[in-house]
Amino acid sequence: MMGHWIIAPVVLPAVIGALIVLIMRHDLLLQRVFSLASTLALLAISVALLVAASHEGPEIYKLGNWPAPFGIVLMLDRLSALMVTLAAMLAVCVQLYAISTDWDTRGRHFHALFQFQMMGIFGAFLTGDAFNLFVFFEVLLIASYGLMIHGAGKDRLRAGVQYVAFNLVGSSLFLFALAAIYSITGTLNIADLAVKAAVLPEGDAALFRVAAVMLMMVFAIKGALVPLQFWLPATYANAPGPVAALFAVMTKIGAYAAIRFGVMVLPPTNPVTGSLIADLMTPAALLTLIIGAVGVLGAGTLSRLSAFAAIASMGTAFIAISAFTPLGTAAALYYIVHSTLAGAALFLITDLVVDRRAHDRLTEALPPIAQAGLIAGLFMASAIATAGMPPLSGFVGKLLVLDALRDQAALVWSVILVTSFLIILGLARAGSILFWKDHASAPQGDAPAHKAEALSFVAVGMLLSGLVLHTVLAGPILAWMEVTAAGLHDPSAYIAANQLPEVR
Amino acid sequence: MEILVAVALGLLTSAGVYLILRQRTFPLIVGLTLLSYAVNVFIFAAGRLVTGLPPIYDKAAAGYTDPLPQALVLTAIVISFGMTAVIVMMALGAFLETGDDRTDMTKKDPSEGDAT
Repeated sequence: MMGHWIIAPVVLPAVIGALIVLIMRHDLLLQRVFSLASTLALLAISVALLVAASHEGPEIYKLGNWPAPFGIVLMLDRLSALMVTLAAMLAVCVQLYAISTDWDTRGRHFHALFQFQMMGIFGAFLTGDAFNLFVFFEVLLIASYGLMIHGAGKDRLRAGVQYVAFNLVGSSLFLFALAAIYSITGTLNIADLAVKAAVLPEGDAALFRVAAVMLMMVFAIKGALVPLQFWLPATYANAPGPVAALFAVMTKIGAYAAIRFGVMVLPPTNPVTGSLIADLMTPAALLTLIIGAVGVLGAGTLSRLSAFAAIASMGTAFIAISAFTPLGTAAALYYIVHSTLAGAALFLITDLVVDRRAHDRLTEALPPIAQAGLIAGLFMASAIATAGMPPLSGFVGKLLVLDALRDQAALVWSVILVTSFLIILGLARAGSILFWKDHASAPQGDAPAHKAEALSFVAVGMLLSGLVLHTVLAGPILAWMEVTAAGLHDPSAYIAANQLPEVR
Repeated sequence: MEILVAVALGLLTSAGVYLILRQRTFPLIVGLTLLSYAVNVFIFAAGRLVTGLPPIYDKAAAGYTDPLPQALVLTAIVISFGMTAVIVMMALGAFLETGDDRTDMTKKDPSEGDAT
């Protein structure tokens, strides 16, 4: 039993973030120490939560001790513990990188915003209440607006305005969906929704279908599903490198929410929605993958290439989710962990390259950059992971997705395989222009000197070694994911943990 | 009353959507504000429209109106207020840096790929 520890991932960054703003505003060293210590503590707590969730099953935390569904509850189950741990691992790497490359000195309040961002992310993963999910979405978004324009600059501010506007519309849509669902079911507790959605009165069916599709559209915006992906390339390409790497987990929040609601509340067995969600999500996911792959092939800059690679990975994850089978969900979870680490590594490496080159356009070769050999090696490794080539976990993940979708093999398999080929081509083109052609075109002399910040390479190395671990331990991890997926497809334990009152 | 609320909601939403599509930050912000007004009224209406009833259960009253949407509206108002403040500041920053208030990205270099 984790007791009050369940709320620690929300409270700790909230307190530390506030302290950083109020007390340590002028002392960068203190900010760095406290922020890093807080993130490391969060990682330790989240690992403890993960262990507890995998041994003891879902656990409820009642805020103010109000019983569900009347009060707001936090729910710790395997899925939320997994996502919290993933986010905490990513946060440690990103923060090490940001500190070592001095990104946190290029604007104010980086560490405070970072802590608030973590608070929102953890809250969104842990909450067991749909309206509370909206609130935590807003918390993480408002922090991400600040991080997105960190360091400012013309293009970044403008991309930031687009990003904010898009997400504000998304938030409005979320509220419309939640209000419609509340007016039908009279509850916003997720477990209670899962119970009530299965036994809706006949007359509410049409309205509920509209609300369900609106809700999934909100998660599609977060998860950058076509045709709602337009915000992503400009945002990720213009955000500071470490922030873009942290955003790698933000799209996964969309995938997480789609799994949580799509599998638990609106499964294909639901008499009202039926296969509606799956029918809409499958073509959208396939299109997302295609657009991502074509974008990788055609991207003009390395940052945009990484952004489109993120879109493609979301497409693959959503294809697996849209199967709505335990096998598909397990494959999606495995692939989500992989693509978060791989996407973040690619964004950090992009930042390493951009920092050392005059620009990151892929249309012309420039003289070799400092530490070209090491960076090229890291790029190669992360490209292999991103494209899904053996031996790294991208290959295992895509194999699992293919296996989960045997019944739609003709269409889905060909799309996944052809797009993988396009992504390999795009990444190979980028790598050869960045790291090979430069020698041919270099007019003179050595690479310009650039400080080699050891910690930044350590941060990228940690992400890549995470990928290696994810590959080596694929068997046990997949077995764990399968139990997690089974718990989502049959949420009786999750619902029982909510201790809902008997319906009169 | 239902018809009136529904028509008002539809008008607010369509005006909001129209303004959001204007590609200038000022109409965009006004549009987002209108949209959030529409959302607030919609959440309020989600608790059913009743008149002259208390928001808490009382044996003497004939019934009660659902208090939860009112709490939800309060949260939504606070959040949308904060978000509007953020986007006003960012739009102002972008306007002062770039000299115009268009929301689309300027395409200054054809080799930079597609503008969004």
